[in-house]
Amino acid sequence: MAQEYRLILKYADEPGYTPDIDCYLRHGGYETLKKALAIAPKTVADGKTVSGPEQIRDDVKLSGLRGRGGAGFSCGLKWSFVDRRSGKPIYLICNADESEPGTFKDRQILHKDPHQMIEGMIISCYANDVKLAYIYIRGEFPEGARILNRALAEARAKNFLGKNILGSGYDLEIYVHRGAGAYICGEETGLIESLEGKRAYPRIKPPYFPAVLGLYQCPTIVNNVETLCNVKHIVAMGASEFAKLGTPNNTGTRIVSISGQVKKPGYYEVEVGKATIGQLINEFAGGLLDGRKLKALIPGGSSSKVFKAGEKFKLKKKGPDGMDIETEVEMLDLPYDFDSLMAAGTMSGSGAIIVIDDSTDIVEALANLGEFYAHESCGQCTPCREGSLWMSKVLHRLTHGEGRKQDADYLVKIADNIPGGRTICAFGEACSWPVQSFVAKFKDEFVAKGEADEKRRAAQTSGASATPELKIAASPQSP
Amino acid sequence: MSFTVPPQLEAELNELVTHYPQKRSASLMFLHALQEHFGYISKEAIEWTAQKLELQPINIYELVTFYPMFRQEPAGKYVLKVCRTLSCALGGSHKLHEHFCQKLGLDSHGHGLQTTKDGKFSVEFVECLASCGTAPVMMCNEDFYEGVSNAKADEILGGCK
Repeated sequence: MAQEYRLILKYADEPGYTPDIDCYLRHGGYETLKKALAIAPKTVADGKTVSGPEQIRDDVKLSGLRGRGGAGFSCGLKWSFVDRRSGKPIYLICNADESEPGTFKDRQILHKDPHQMIEGMIISCYANDVKLAYIYIRGEFPEGARILNRALAEARAKNFLGKNILGSGYDLEIYVHRGAGAYICGEETGLIESLEGKRAYPRIKPPYFPAVLGLYQCPTIVNNVETLCNVKHIVAMGASEFAKLGTPNNTGTRIVSISGQVKKPGYYEVEVGKATIGQLINEFAGGLLDGRKLKALIPGGSSSKVFKAGEKFKLKKKGPDGMDIETEVEMLDLPYDFDSLMAAGTMSGSGAIIVIDDSTDIVEALANLGEFYAHESCGQCTPCREGSLWMSKVLHRLTHGEGRKQDADYLVKIADNIPGGRTICAFGEACSWPVQSFVAKFKDEFVAKGEADEKRRAAQTSGASATPELKIAASPQSP
Repeated sequence: MSFTVPPQLEAELNELVTHYPQKRSASLMFLHALQEHFGYISKEAIEWTAQKLELQPINIYELVTFYPMFRQEPAGKYVLKVCRTLSCALGGSHKLHEHFCQKLGLDSHGHGLQTTKDGKFSVEFVECLASCGTAPVMMCNEDFYEGVSNAKADEILGGCK
């Protein structure tokens, strides 16, 4: 039986735990910040001095922490890309624009334990010599924004923020910035544009890598809420202790959001890779509703490629002699980590599992997502703007009795023409992957729906009217 | 109609500008504050914001048309936003939306925001509100509700005076 391991949500759901600073301080809050500020420069073998902030950066790299926002990119590596020689200020932005359908983990942190995130953020800013940072919170979290503003004011009053923090000589200010309902703001360069007061049109890379040309064309770090919380724990525990959590290359814990047709949907924090998908949905989330069977499962937020129940994958595993052994693994037995899901052709994305049972029409499920992506495409790149809307229209007709037999192939054709370097950002991939995978894995259902619609329409036309069939080809008058 | 921003609000907005090295960054926060106060973003509000932030009105107008939360027409006193996206749809959000529309005499198939004739309620579908584990979820103005049954929906309506 897999167990929850609560590192980040350790206190969040304890009775009586409140989001104010006194409660946080009673639970050891801001001790790690004090520890971080006190790290003395050390001299290494070749006589070079490594500053405190630099040591923190090294620790984050050593810890193996991977970003919790979606891409799973190494946080330490991301930080190492920051241009520190430009002489320009370095900015840090906390991405609290949680809006990948299926994901609701950052909501818990922001609402229940905001100071943990703020402490992680201050440490991250200190490590990267950031003097001004922002929390970009989605517009639909007005309460979250209020809680954060209150928490920042409390931290300021205690000199965890502001000038000369705790006498260290380090200055930092953090402000809350609210989004206004656009999913694309979760994409880091779109977020930066939005924070500059513009439409959230993602920027093209190169040259606009945030680490070099980010906010106001200055080096910028964008990290997810959960990632920043992890930084606090890396400093508190030490990188090697942190790296013992989870599995190699998939370190730490992960808050997994489970929703859809299960008995106990919710968020569960586990060591990365220590629980399988099956354990997550059957043991943690209580399994499927009575009398239902698993049909499909979206493993990492709505953009990730869907799994079909019973799907099997060939994965490479290290044997006792160190050689790679290929083993066949059923979808439910896949460890829920970054690498296993990638090897299975999908991704753990934002850590959000959506369970779909056999009572659900799979075409309707995809139509729902199609509408989401059509609504959320920023409209900057033609393949994505037109393609997402086009796919949504086809899915709409398939779910409204207007389908055609060849719609399944048609959908894939459109989806295949959006991603792969034809768009500026990964939204092109994000809107295509669900369509490509749903149709590939449930093709018979898409075809059957289109076919049934065609038959019904044919029966209606032939039975309902006495109008003679038009024979255009035979007409001598036809142009 | 003349457009006047109360001095206290203007002072708050002036303070917001200081959060950013570039004034333009404050535009989304301005629009949130103005919509909260006036109920929607009027042409005058756009011009006023542009002037305050030393921008052209188009720089603000393009935000109002881009970001789904901003509206250019008044909405009902209470705006009910029902989450439409997959997990909530699986959890019955379409039924919830239909229930509200039926109760309030609105067209559940109408496009966009639907407002009652007396201007008290508006109902709309919105995309993922990030609480998929407690579907279906909704917001009534700034208040968030989860696991909303029809009975709970009626309670929410009843609480709107």
